[in-house]
Amino acid sequence: MTVLTALIVFGVLALIFGLILGFAAVRFRVESDPIVDQIDAILPQTQCGQCGYPGCRPYAEAIANGDEINKCPPGGQSTINALADLMGVEAKPLDSAHGEEDVKKVAVIREDECIGCTKCIQACPVDAILGAAKQMHTVIAHECTGCDLCVEPCPVDCIDMVPVPVRPDNWQWDLQQIPVRVVESSN
Amino acid sequence: MSAATKAIEAGQIWTFPGGIHPPERKELSNQTPIAPLALAQEYYLPLKQHSGAPGELLVQVGDQVKAGQALTQVGANNGLPVHAPTSGTITAIGPGIIAHPSGLADTVITITADGNDEHIALEPLADYTQISRADLLERIKNAGIAGLGGAGFPTAQKLALQRPLDYLIINGVECEPYISADDRLMREHAQTIIDGTEILLHIAGCEKALIAIEANKPEAIAAFEALLDKHPQLALRVVPVKYPSGGEKQLIQLLTGRQVPSRGLPIDVGLVMQNVGTAFAVAQAVLQGKPLIERVVTVTGENVEKPGNYWVRLGTPVAYLLEQCGFKPEPDQRVIMGGPMMGFTLAELAVPVVKITNCILVPSSQELAPAQDEMACIRCGACADVCPAQLLPQQLQWLAKAKDYDGLDQQNLFDCIECGACAYVCPSEIPLVHYYRKAKAEIRNIAREKAKAEVARERFEARQERLEREKQERLERHRKAAEARKKAQAEAVAQGGDNPQDAVQAAIARAKARKAAQAAAAQQENKEGDDA
Repeated sequence: MTVLTALIVFGVLALIFGLILGFAAVRFRVESDPIVDQIDAILPQTQCGQCGYPGCRPYAEAIANGDEINKCPPGGQSTINALADLMGVEAKPLDSAHGEEDVKKVAVIREDECIGCTKCIQACPVDAILGAAKQMHTVIAHECTGCDLCVEPCPVDCIDMVPVPVRPDNWQWDLQQIPVRVVESSN
Repeated sequence: MSAATKAIEAGQIWTFPGGIHPPERKELSNQTPIAPLALAQEYYLPLKQHSGAPGELLVQVGDQVKAGQALTQVGANNGLPVHAPTSGTITAIGPGIIAHPSGLADTVITITADGNDEHIALEPLADYTQISRADLLERIKNAGIAGLGGAGFPTAQKLALQRPLDYLIINGVECEPYISADDRLMREHAQTIIDGTEILLHIAGCEKALIAIEANKPEAIAAFEALLDKHPQLALRVVPVKYPSGGEKQLIQLLTGRQVPSRGLPIDVGLVMQNVGTAFAVAQAVLQGKPLIERVVTVTGENVEKPGNYWVRLGTPVAYLLEQCGFKPEPDQRVIMGGPMMGFTLAELAVPVVKITNCILVPSSQELAPAQDEMACIRCGACADVCPAQLLPQQLQWLAKAKDYDGLDQQNLFDCIECGACAYVCPSEIPLVHYYRKAKAEIRNIAREKAKAEVARERFEARQERLEREKQERLERHRKAAEARKKAQAEAVAQGGDNPQDAVQAAIARAKARKAAQAAAAQQENKEGDDA
């Protein structure tokens, strides 16, 4: 009899607590930042597709599903490290199959050579090229992510990727710290 | 009146942590009156000589300009104008070297002087109290006045903040070694500085100003003491000699005991600070209508024959200024713009004097030894003892080297005023400030990149949405066209016209009939064959 009472009591308690917990799980649900958004925030948003996915968000989704984190050349090692930190995996060097880390660049159209074919406009992932059919096109430099995607479609090869110039306001205090000294040999 | 305010009124001087006492060496340059400088042949005027956006160009190559004529205007970006320092012709507008530690080029207006030094007609103001505060601010802005103490923040912008103020502080401390530009200006033009201070008080809507002078400038102190009796709303405060007591936050602590909050402004604690040079320029701009086209520059160091203070037109090349002062360069001569603690070495002597240039220092290699090789940190802690902002310079250095930007933020890197006290005392010759500047630039760059990435993301998403929408619209258009076609056919049938469907059906029926006929004919042939 006592065993039965104990079983009933514990059974009822378990049911009550289960209901409370179930209710709490629904009522006080924590809207956590989904992992894809967090990965997407780390990626450089060049939308260049060098990783093999059509943009940064698709790559973020792929990483969330277990893809390698070292496929983003524009982000470079710092992005890989941040991703490794977030995903709790080992940071590894950039996979050179997808490209090498390079200085930041911006596309520039040689405007007198442009024939106005609009092919680059269609290729630009961030709508940073301005123009219309049979009209000269131009790149909105501060919107350009330097993704390279407009270079290949151009039938007259009039797009150059030029490194972003260093100006006094984005200069990184790269003073020459240790000047090279010529030491003459004694013999 | 609270006890704290009483103490401020009574003239109490508080103290700030840290600080150093480097050799002052001001006697090199402060013995002679401020001398005028002969006109140069060419003047180089960078569009941006202050912190903020540059103004919009008003002139083009070939234009004749007179001294005081505006070359740029405030414009859409709320820039600060620059003015022609003398009369002449504009011979170039384009990239030229600017007064910046990077030695990089920026847009510069080149004026070839005609030697006549004709000035534009000035518009003096008889009584500034008669015109509105906004008009006064406009007048100061159009005169191109930026803080002449070193940071170059536009003065009108600083004064435009409308918050309750307890005191206006006029900074005549000039604590950096060698420099005596403010010292000489205070000795010779105390009355104009006082006039400027009263105008600043009027604009700021503030009751009282404190004029702070370091104790090593007895002549300047005497000049003000003689005049201040007639100006009850101004009070003189003599601060003890210590570097960097002229730093904005440090001086506020000295005079009021208040601390400016981290990443805050003096106005957060009810104070605003202006340099004595700025007060002088404000007086000239408001009372005489004179724009900022010249400033006092200390030329000093053992490798100039005539060290002293000079009225130098803005845009004067440093090479010309030094030539006029008897420049005797030694091999590998360094020329420093600013003082020995916070200045920077010039990459080229074609660099012009700008609004924030208070000193050109030409030291011999004995008096200011070139930077030695950096040695390992021995963790002596001397840097932490002297830091006026109570930071941990050595910790910051480790974090900067490790590029640990979160850690730097936790250690309040952005509270560092880059005074150089830590690097001065470092026995291992570690260029600490350089590490902090580099780390700050990198952190700012990361923030800029992040903002740019955010914009790129938005644009990418907007484009994806647009493409999707266009696809849907195209499908919708096709569907509607098909429907319209069907409807038109139905209507045509209803009106007794030919139904294209009927034609199709008829063709199918014909084809079937033909097939049936062929099949029948084949059967017939087979039968006849069998029979034969």
